[in-house]
Amino acid sequence: MAIEVRIPTILRTYTDGAKQVEGTGSTLDELITDLEQRHGGLRDRLVDDGGLRRFVNVYLNDEDVRFLAGLETPVKDGDTVTVLPAVAGGAR
Amino acid sequence: MRYDNLLDSLGRTPLVGLPRLSPSGDVRLWAKLEDRNPTGSVKDRAAFFMIAQAEKEGLLQPGSVILEPTSGNTGISLAMVARLRGYRLIVVMPENTSEERRLLLRMYGAEIIGSPAAGGSNEAVRVARQLAAEHPEWVMLYQYGNEANARAHYETTGPEILADLPSITHFVAGLGTTGTLMGVGRYLREHKPDVKIVAAEPRYGELVYGLRNVDEGFVPELYDESVLTTRFSVSSADALRRTRELIDAEGIFAGISAGAALHAGLGMAAKAVAAGEPADIAVLIADGGWKYLSTGAYSGTLDEAEARLEGQLWA
Repeated sequence: MAIEVRIPTILRTYTDGAKQVEGTGSTLDELITDLEQRHGGLRDRLVDDGGLRRFVNVYLNDEDVRFLAGLETPVKDGDTVTVLPAVAGGAR
Repeated sequence: MRYDNLLDSLGRTPLVGLPRLSPSGDVRLWAKLEDRNPTGSVKDRAAFFMIAQAEKEGLLQPGSVILEPTSGNTGISLAMVARLRGYRLIVVMPENTSEERRLLLRMYGAEIIGSPAAGGSNEAVRVARQLAAEHPEWVMLYQYGNEANARAHYETTGPEILADLPSITHFVAGLGTTGTLMGVGRYLREHKPDVKIVAAEPRYGELVYGLRNVDEGFVPELYDESVLTTRFSVSSADALRRTRELIDAEGIFAGISAGAALHAGLGMAAKAVAAGEPADIAVLIADGGWKYLSTGAYSGTLDEAEARLEGQLWA
């Protein structure tokens, strides 16, 4: 088992077009570092000095990691991480 | 129960247990059935409060024109209240919303101005603002920034839920104008400081997102992030799957945004189970499924339903 990471179209140039990739780690930060080894350049698109980039949203099992512990959010095998460009959702 | 008129019957909706969807006897889910409002959605509360406030401020007289950007439910609620009070209503609505909503709006006598599908509700807001600037005599209630929207939930929905479920640990609702979450959230916090307020945000396909500029994210003026404990992003596929589960397991025929709220509620329930903590989780069911039948959400396999829903706004 590993952690499944869903990649948005705009970042698939780093994953050879793959919609989802797998990685390991005990925190989101470690997971992204692990992904970087196979998908060079991805980390820089997700993270800057201040943590997660402003226009990137990352969800752990659909929950926004900004409301959890950001890059330090614990992750484990079987989790699903979804990366999305940050856009406000539809409103009623 | 007897009321003098339809508007008096607003609110006091049932809170029903979801015993089959609840993971255990200690971690329970409850559904606040807002489809049991006069026009069948939670938006009746906001519409009534916003119009009452505008009347109080002297902004509306018989024959006045109300203008509102809305993808459906708010428009239908406003159309009903406007009809009873003698106002004209013009709604600005994205073109990718269901046919039922248009039929209902016209039935109540509202006029519809379409806004481009690609921009979703953001574009409807932009078009409405432009129209409001051209017609200063029109009254835009503007649900995204109108304090009476959140106050409706602070004064009615919140107290109803707490009275029915004093042991509440979580409140979950869809994130649109944010009025429901802000109003109920603030009320519950004042009475249960540890309560968790959970937002379920619709995640549309990239077909909808791809056409937008990522920098132009629209944040409703009512939104105060500090009220929320956490926020879920729910895909169309998960929202549909949970909407079907509400029918199959509990017999509740709800709209698709209710499925999204349930998905977030079940996510919090799973975390409570993992932590070994008891939970009473109230999930707001914003409306029934009637207005979405033509989207194909309720027939065929989930994959077929998801394909049919692609590119449509469901919340």
